[in-house]
Amino acid sequence: MYAFEIERPSTIAAAASALAHDGAQALSGGQTLIPSLKARLASPEVLISLTGIGEMQGVCIADDGSLCIGGATTHATVTRDAATKFPALAHLASMIGDPAVRNRGTVGGSLANNDPSACYPAAALGTGATIVTNTRKIAADDYFQGMFSTALHEGEIITEVRFPVPHKANYQKFVQPASRFALVGVFVAKYAGGVRVAVTGASDSGVFRWTAAETALSANFAASALDGLTVDPDGMIADLHGTPEYRAHLIKVMTKRAVAAA
Amino acid sequence: MTQVTMTVNGKSVSGAAEGRTLLVDFLRGTLQLTGTHVGCDTSQCGACLVHVNGKAVKSCTMFAAEAEGAQVRTIEGMANADGSLSVLQQSFQDHHGLQCGFCTPGMVMSTSALLGENPKPTEHEVRAYLEGNICRCTGYHNIVKAVMAASGQEMAIAAE
Amino acid sequence: MPKDSGIGASSKRREDVRFLTGRGKYTADIQLHGQTYAAFARSNMAHARIVSIDTAAAEAMPGVLAVFTGADFAAVGGNPAGWLINSRDGTPMKEPKRPVLAHGKVRHVGDAYAAVIAETVEQAQAGVEALGAVFDELPAIVDMAAAVANPSNRVHDEIADNVCYDWGWIEDNRAAVDAAFKSAPHVTTLKLINNRLVPNAMEPRASIGVYDPGTEDYKLYTTSQNPHLTRLLVAAFVLGIPEHKLNVIAPDVGGGFGSKIYHYGEEALVLAASKRLGRPVKWVADRTESFLSDAHGRDHVTTIQLALEKDGTFLALRTETLANVGAYLSNFSTVTPTYLHGTLMAGPYKTPLVYVNVKTVFTNTAPVDAYRGAGRPEATYSIERVVDMAARELGLDPWELRAKNFITPDMFPYTTPVALQYDTGNYQATLDKLVELSDKAGFEGRAAESASRGKLRGLGLSTWVEACGIAPSALVGALGARIGLYDAATVRVNPTGNISVMVGAHSHGQGHETVFAQVVSSMLGIPEANIDIVHGDTAKIPFGMGSYGSRSLAVCGSAMTKAVDKIIAKGKKIAAHMLEAAEGDIVFENGNFSVTGTDKKKTFGEIAFSAYVPHNYPLETLEPGLEETAFYDPANFTYPAGAYACEVEVDPETGKVEVMAFTCADDFGNVMNPMIVEGQVHGGVAQGIGQALLENTTYDATGQLTTASYMDYTMPRADDLPMYVVDHSCSTPCTHNPLGVKGCGEAGAIGSPPAVVNAVIDALARAGRPVAHIDMPLSPSRVWAAMNA
Repeated sequence: MYAFEIERPSTIAAAASALAHDGAQALSGGQTLIPSLKARLASPEVLISLTGIGEMQGVCIADDGSLCIGGATTHATVTRDAATKFPALAHLASMIGDPAVRNRGTVGGSLANNDPSACYPAAALGTGATIVTNTRKIAADDYFQGMFSTALHEGEIITEVRFPVPHKANYQKFVQPASRFALVGVFVAKYAGGVRVAVTGASDSGVFRWTAAETALSANFAASALDGLTVDPDGMIADLHGTPEYRAHLIKVMTKRAVAAA
Repeated sequence: MTQVTMTVNGKSVSGAAEGRTLLVDFLRGTLQLTGTHVGCDTSQCGACLVHVNGKAVKSCTMFAAEAEGAQVRTIEGMANADGSLSVLQQSFQDHHGLQCGFCTPGMVMSTSALLGENPKPTEHEVRAYLEGNICRCTGYHNIVKAVMAASGQEMAIAAE
Repeated sequence: MPKDSGIGASSKRREDVRFLTGRGKYTADIQLHGQTYAAFARSNMAHARIVSIDTAAAEAMPGVLAVFTGADFAAVGGNPAGWLINSRDGTPMKEPKRPVLAHGKVRHVGDAYAAVIAETVEQAQAGVEALGAVFDELPAIVDMAAAVANPSNRVHDEIADNVCYDWGWIEDNRAAVDAAFKSAPHVTTLKLINNRLVPNAMEPRASIGVYDPGTEDYKLYTTSQNPHLTRLLVAAFVLGIPEHKLNVIAPDVGGGFGSKIYHYGEEALVLAASKRLGRPVKWVADRTESFLSDAHGRDHVTTIQLALEKDGTFLALRTETLANVGAYLSNFSTVTPTYLHGTLMAGPYKTPLVYVNVKTVFTNTAPVDAYRGAGRPEATYSIERVVDMAARELGLDPWELRAKNFITPDMFPYTTPVALQYDTGNYQATLDKLVELSDKAGFEGRAAESASRGKLRGLGLSTWVEACGIAPSALVGALGARIGLYDAATVRVNPTGNISVMVGAHSHGQGHETVFAQVVSSMLGIPEANIDIVHGDTAKIPFGMGSYGSRSLAVCGSAMTKAVDKIIAKGKKIAAHMLEAAEGDIVFENGNFSVTGTDKKKTFGEIAFSAYVPHNYPLETLEPGLEETAFYDPANFTYPAGAYACEVEVDPETGKVEVMAFTCADDFGNVMNPMIVEGQVHGGVAQGIGQALLENTTYDATGQLTTASYMDYTMPRADDLPMYVVDHSCSTPCTHNPLGVKGCGEAGAIGSPPAVVNAVIDALARAGRPVAHIDMPLSPSRVWAAMNA
């Protein structure tokens, strides 16, 4: 690793002002950032640790019924504290990384990084979540802008994520066998106004909504409603662990399983 | 360099650390607690697993500065007060749950965290919890047996 | 009743206590006063000419103490291959120099071309980044077939077709084998790839060089499976340090699986650097560095053919293999695809005619060498896949087809057509045991249950024989070995009767400290706790060839028993004097020397004390002291054998394979510690399942390693694997070593991959979606693609 300093602010305001400096970078659990620092792929001057900020911690229910998760809340906490309020989201959090990673990694860190194979982007997009930052609110449909790319500005902090709680939901993750990230992950959520289907791990463009499936499932929320659909392999990721055709196939399989399990 | 202070295995310790000093390097280098190992660079093998404030954490993926004020427990702090092996450690020996010993500290720390959360895990739960701990020697069979036995559940396996 | 100590007991491992409490001492744990740190500059190109390396900026970096490049080692020797293989035409293999640091050219991604020594690791790494190296990139040679076909593109400029050797075994068999194929009623042909693996011991390699200017002695702490061989190579071939001035210590070593047999350039570098600086120089690999620079394993492309009668009688077998050796010859790299592979191609079958051809090919990839099993897994996989395929083609039961062709117990000793002599075995017995333990009879019921959940269940098996404890030295020497393959042990009885045993084998997970003590305890009738096993330090032990090839107990254990026999023999002389009896009347039993037919006796402790306090002692005819050394050179290999069954479920929608059951019926001869033997099998099977389903090492067309971390190289994890059923009750003891042991360290990795693949092929066939073959690893995407081809 290159040399850098670490600061541990205790308020969002202090973190925001620290991040305003050139060379500052947020550290929000670090389960992805630290390995990339070890590989000397990044050279920040100062890391601003967000995990000590009390106002960014915890899981609660907002007035509109949505589930609010502080940006610095760990996956382990979400697994535990969302279990009754939003079981599908708790289940998704329980499948990220491994137990030790889940004790450090945070929802804000995951969404800010927007790894194309991460799990949380599927939940955020699949629920139409609102990403709340220190300066604004961003709808999930506007937030994800391709792999490792988001609507966040330099230095902007995800302070909270608000997930509308669906009537039914499920996340199916088919793991890339080595990294245990999602080779294909599908989040299906049924709301009064329709069904949302978000897919992670599969596309060169990062997380995306499978709108044809949403239409079919909104009309008939049953796995069989997907029988006539196929996913175009064009634009899917090709790597050691799967061809575009395989990923396209898995999207349908995992979506059906998610519907069946929801 | 800044001074970092934490409680490790019940003793207050402090030492100089750079921002980039990982918790594992602080433990191994500054504190000479070399039981915690480093087996990979990508947070996957779990040889570095310790407890921070009671939770399983990969000490290679946390900076020493982030452990300021924390309670840290390492493999060196796992034996009973009289120096005898804990129930879990003894079970690893009794069931041959280790061979080369390199992953072993992480395995013990990880499964002790598991048993703290879930005192009677199923075989499936033990294997799932060990997703972040890689062993190349044992094929995991005897690790699973050791953890099950430490939780008071002997496994019946044909031909044994 | 299970025994509670000595030979045959599942004694708990004494080494466990230090490992379980964090008190193990691995090389990276050793901190020496004044130590400095080495970092290596490694090529990020697969193949390039080194135009220049400007070290000035690096040398000016804070904390940097020295910079080494290939030029610093141009005058010293190379790291040699341990075995000279001749081609079919009698010409010797091509043997390019393997320098400490690359000089002239870099030949694989990760090839070290410079090293920086600094006060801290970070300063050394920063120094590496400050090196100004200029390269002239050359086309990468990655694919073996292309390497052979394109003689102008050369890994080593002096080797025109990139072929190290073109080996035939046995060349005299070739015409008869070809004739048998011409007239055979049925021929099964299979082209397969034995996937390249990275051994991935959990402890990355590490070395510390220490030079003492006062005594001019060197010390090397290193992660080695055989410190004496490292000392010999450094001394006699690479640096020319006198052997008596070099002490090599392999302390606790966190697994090896072959990758730590070999001497590596980093070891020579830290020694040379410590001499220049007069301070200890330490290097610890990170995992990516290990992926790039550890010796890899396997990587064969093979066409195998089996000729049969219509009733399934095997008539002849032949293979053509391209074996990847990588960019340089690692120490055992030339023998692994030849004498550890071709000689095993008869398997447990009485196939009368066998011919094996292996071309070993240089490529711009990391060196390839022995990895757990070393040649025998490649042989076993080829045989057991083609036998299974033949059964399917002929409509025969694969279990019965194997049994029909087994070498039968009355045929031992049995000389195979590939020149091994199997001393003993009973292959039908292990197969029968497998049928029982795997509940083959209940398979259909389990398959129906799987089908009810939408899963395809399959059952596969392999029956195999392997060769361990490679020997004897005279034979291997005639075949090109440049080393002897004996081992050594010293038994030192201390005056108070406790014992230190210095053994040439090295334990890096195998539990020698426990098992070897069990053997000595049984032989001398004294408690295991009074016996220490000392290993891993060339200054303490007499000599040794280390641990690999499942040889430790069969070879070094035999040396140890010989030394104990000498102790007993000398003890009898002392006892005869003390008891005033004839030496021939002294019997040694249960730790006592007694005069036969009387109650006169002396305990072992009394004899030991007398040997060191020789007041009443036959000094005129016998030296005082009680310490004996023995070297043991085996008469033959040992031949463990067994039958393995794997049951899988295939998810037809995703192609994911789950191992539902894995059963092993092994014949290891006599077993010293069942618990440890079973643990060795578990670990070997896990690595075999890993090879079959999960692990693969891939280079892209430019020679970049695309699986250089655990993000892409799939290590088997706890939730990938089942509980195993392991049995070793079908024992035919080795006929030619004192303990009757055969070796168990590699069997699991040898026998398991074909059982897994055969099970998947079986599942697809039963489901009416037959696939002839899928290359390992049978990852979900590959199985799905094969099912939907």
